[in-house]
Amino acid sequence: MTTTAAPTDLPAVRTLERTARVSLVRRVLRSPVGAVSLVFLLLVVLAAVFAPLLAPQDPDFASARDVLAPPGGDHLLGTDGSGRDILSRLLYASRLSLSGAATAVGVAAAIGITAGLLAGYYGRWSESVASSVSSVFMALPAIVVLLAARTVLGPSPYTTMIVLGVLVSPAFYRVVSAAVAGVRQELYVDAARVSGLSDGRIIARHILTVVRAPAIILAAGMAGIAITLQAGLDFLGLGDPQRPSWGGMLSDAFAAIYREPLTLLWPSLAIGLTCIALVLLGSAVRDALERSGRPRRRRRRDAAPPAASLAESVVVHDEPTGARAEELLHVRDLAVGYDQPDGSTTEVVHGVELSVHRGEIHGLIGESGSGKTQTAFAVMRLLAAGGRIVRGSIEFEGADLATLSEKEMTRLRGRRIAYVPQEPMSNLDPVFTVGHQLTEPMRVALGLSRTAARTRALDLLARVGIPDPQRTFAAYPHQISGGMAQRVLIAGAVSCGPDLLIADEPTTALDVTVQAEVLDLLRDLQRESSMGVLLVTHNFGVVADLCDRVSVMRAGRIVETGPTRAVFATPRHEYTRSLFDAVLEDTAPRGPLVPTTQGAQA
Amino acid sequence: MLWFVLRRLAAGVVLIVAIAVLAFFLLYATGGDVGRRILGPTASADTVAQKNTQLGLDKPALSQFADWASGAVRGDFGRSWFTGQSVSDAVTGRLAVTLSLVIGATVLTAVVAVVLGVLAARRGGWVDTAVQFLSVLGFAVPGFLVAILLVLVFAINLDLVDPTGYTRFADSPSGWLSSILLPVIALSIASIVGVAQQVRGSMLDTLRLDYVRTLRSRGLSERRVVYGHVLRNAAGPALSILGVQFVGLLGGAVLVEQIFAIPGIGQTAVSATVGGDVPLVLGVVIATAVLVVLLNLAVDLLQGWLNPKVRRA
Repeated sequence: MTTTAAPTDLPAVRTLERTARVSLVRRVLRSPVGAVSLVFLLLVVLAAVFAPLLAPQDPDFASARDVLAPPGGDHLLGTDGSGRDILSRLLYASRLSLSGAATAVGVAAAIGITAGLLAGYYGRWSESVASSVSSVFMALPAIVVLLAARTVLGPSPYTTMIVLGVLVSPAFYRVVSAAVAGVRQELYVDAARVSGLSDGRIIARHILTVVRAPAIILAAGMAGIAITLQAGLDFLGLGDPQRPSWGGMLSDAFAAIYREPLTLLWPSLAIGLTCIALVLLGSAVRDALERSGRPRRRRRRDAAPPAASLAESVVVHDEPTGARAEELLHVRDLAVGYDQPDGSTTEVVHGVELSVHRGEIHGLIGESGSGKTQTAFAVMRLLAAGGRIVRGSIEFEGADLATLSEKEMTRLRGRRIAYVPQEPMSNLDPVFTVGHQLTEPMRVALGLSRTAARTRALDLLARVGIPDPQRTFAAYPHQISGGMAQRVLIAGAVSCGPDLLIADEPTTALDVTVQAEVLDLLRDLQRESSMGVLLVTHNFGVVADLCDRVSVMRAGRIVETGPTRAVFATPRHEYTRSLFDAVLEDTAPRGPLVPTTQGAQA
Repeated sequence: MLWFVLRRLAAGVVLIVAIAVLAFFLLYATGGDVGRRILGPTASADTVAQKNTQLGLDKPALSQFADWASGAVRGDFGRSWFTGQSVSDAVTGRLAVTLSLVIGATVLTAVVAVVLGVLAARRGGWVDTAVQFLSVLGFAVPGFLVAILLVLVFAINLDLVDPTGYTRFADSPSGWLSSILLPVIALSIASIVGVAQQVRGSMLDTLRLDYVRTLRSRGLSERRVVYGHVLRNAAGPALSILGVQFVGLLGGAVLVEQIFAIPGIGQTAVSATVGGDVPLVLGVVIATAVLVVLLNLAVDLLQGWLNPKVRRA
């Protein structure tokens, strides 16, 4: 069965590859930049090939009567300092530039791709050899090596370009060996091998297809470098003086810069435009690849049911009798959206209502993607780029955080509203010591002196249970453990005595034993200073352990809210019940939850 | 830290030795009849043979190399075949000029690239588009075309500075500055756009990281977050690219010196190449390699200062 399946499969893969190739060319041509640069390069190639037909005169014929003739008449672009026709020389010179560039790229590709295919396909034994070779090549500017080569090998442009090709071949090697190593892991290559294809055919058919596009980009860049260097050497008078070259023409024109600066223009344009076209072609190919490689984003989110269809009433549990402390934070009808490249806005939080009182821990629970973290970030006005508060208000001590200026927000952050992140290690700046990161905000926000901030930071480190505060103070983030880092972050959050603490899954990334300690620490700190805490979590255990009040979030809205005791005793919303079931059934709390569309309708 | 420096230094010495050996054998093995080249076609066979003996070229290659290397470790790189001048004198005398160009260009690159890169990353929009567009131009257009354009516009049309020539700093600081201004600008364009792209990219990458949000949540101003933390974290990759660009600057100096008639090591290299003066070419190659190794060491030290993790590597 498998033996018959393989041959019928392979032509299909090949057709796919062919269509991929065709569509890459088409995509490059469809972008204006790609099309223009490709057409320009094509014209240069045609000019070089048909130079004998196109050139109005013999490029080497010097007319003593027409020295530095202006453009027009017999000489469309004028003549040079020896009375030679510039257009004719330009056309003939393009042959040298293009064939030189082709030589360099060809040599580099032959060496680099062969070595890269072998090394990438058969293993990495050659990796260190290749990297030492390329570090020797890279240690000298190419032109110095070419000068040295020219000293002993003479002025032949092709010898020079062969040497250049060898010099730049490691770039091909690197791209190809990396691509091949990537493809080797792909299943379809395994499948091809299992179906009995020889390594040679696998390389030819599958791997060359993959490296084709990066190789084109690289070749375009290299051709530009080759043309530049060759023109440079010719400009220095190190090329073959018998043949017209762009660099040589530039050198002639430069000698006549006071008499006829216009003659500089033509060789400059030829070199400059060709190099620009090559670079633009390379970037057009890259763009075309990235566009096709990028998955169609946001489709899934767009396909999600529109906000209105999910509209439902929030289940609100009765408050127990007795006075509550003053209200710190009141979020009303908060909607958060992300601006899309096409100008639309994708809403991820749809009208959340939430309040946190002083001295109270309010749990915000829901599965991943329910919008709880976005709600928390919106309160601090620290949404990721492109995110914004679409509507609603965030009242904090009489001010609406949604409308404050960035400056006013900066004054509130740290001092009044603080934040404990989820993942401790990625939330410390790796290049500064723990001490610096603790003291900087205190010095900025509280105006403490360096020594006062240091004393307070050491006290805080001791308070959050760090065994050797002095040592941790001087340590860099990579030198401390995740649990310690989370304690450091908690110390940093409370360092300026905030009224409201926003903790985003503060224990999720920690070991189970450390989790309990960190939760205890948070509770103690909260009681000491009677902060209000908004605790984002997906863990009912954490809510039960810590929270006075809980709001359950799903798909960007709050579905049930109330005192923790009441919600736990009598969960009334279908979704809350399903969350409890997920825990009770002894599956991981984070396990996939069945969307309860029925519950929403109920 | 000391161990780290010593290891990098050792790697640099190995690299220089490898380049010296390769360059020596490639240059001397393919040199042909040197005596004839120096004395010209009219010299008798005897005098040519005498010349070759005098230069030590009749000895076997390995023994020639042993002679050269034993001198080289003492700082004696032989004498020019044509002028008889000591190679180390010829190279070091001109190195200062090239270094003032290349170091000037490195400093200019660092400053302008950081400004452009940060602007493009922070402002986005049309500033970003403009920087990207200039980058393509600056990357694609060869430096010597820029140099010629600058000569044409500023030195000849506007007559603002002397078009060519070099004034030593000791003779006239302002003259020195005006003589290296255009060359340094011409030299820097390509490296500026290369480094600016890297600064922009790594700034954008760093701005997305978690700790940037946490720093903001601590009440640090945008300025402090961006310049105190993000830029410092983004500087590492940019510095590596600057190191790569330095090699390009040394190469670009060869052409730029020619255009502006600046008596640097590049001019020495070109004239030695035209004449086939192998000892001098070898001297230039080794001087360049030493410069590159020293610069890479400086980059490594800076990386260690920027990033504590590198120090222990």
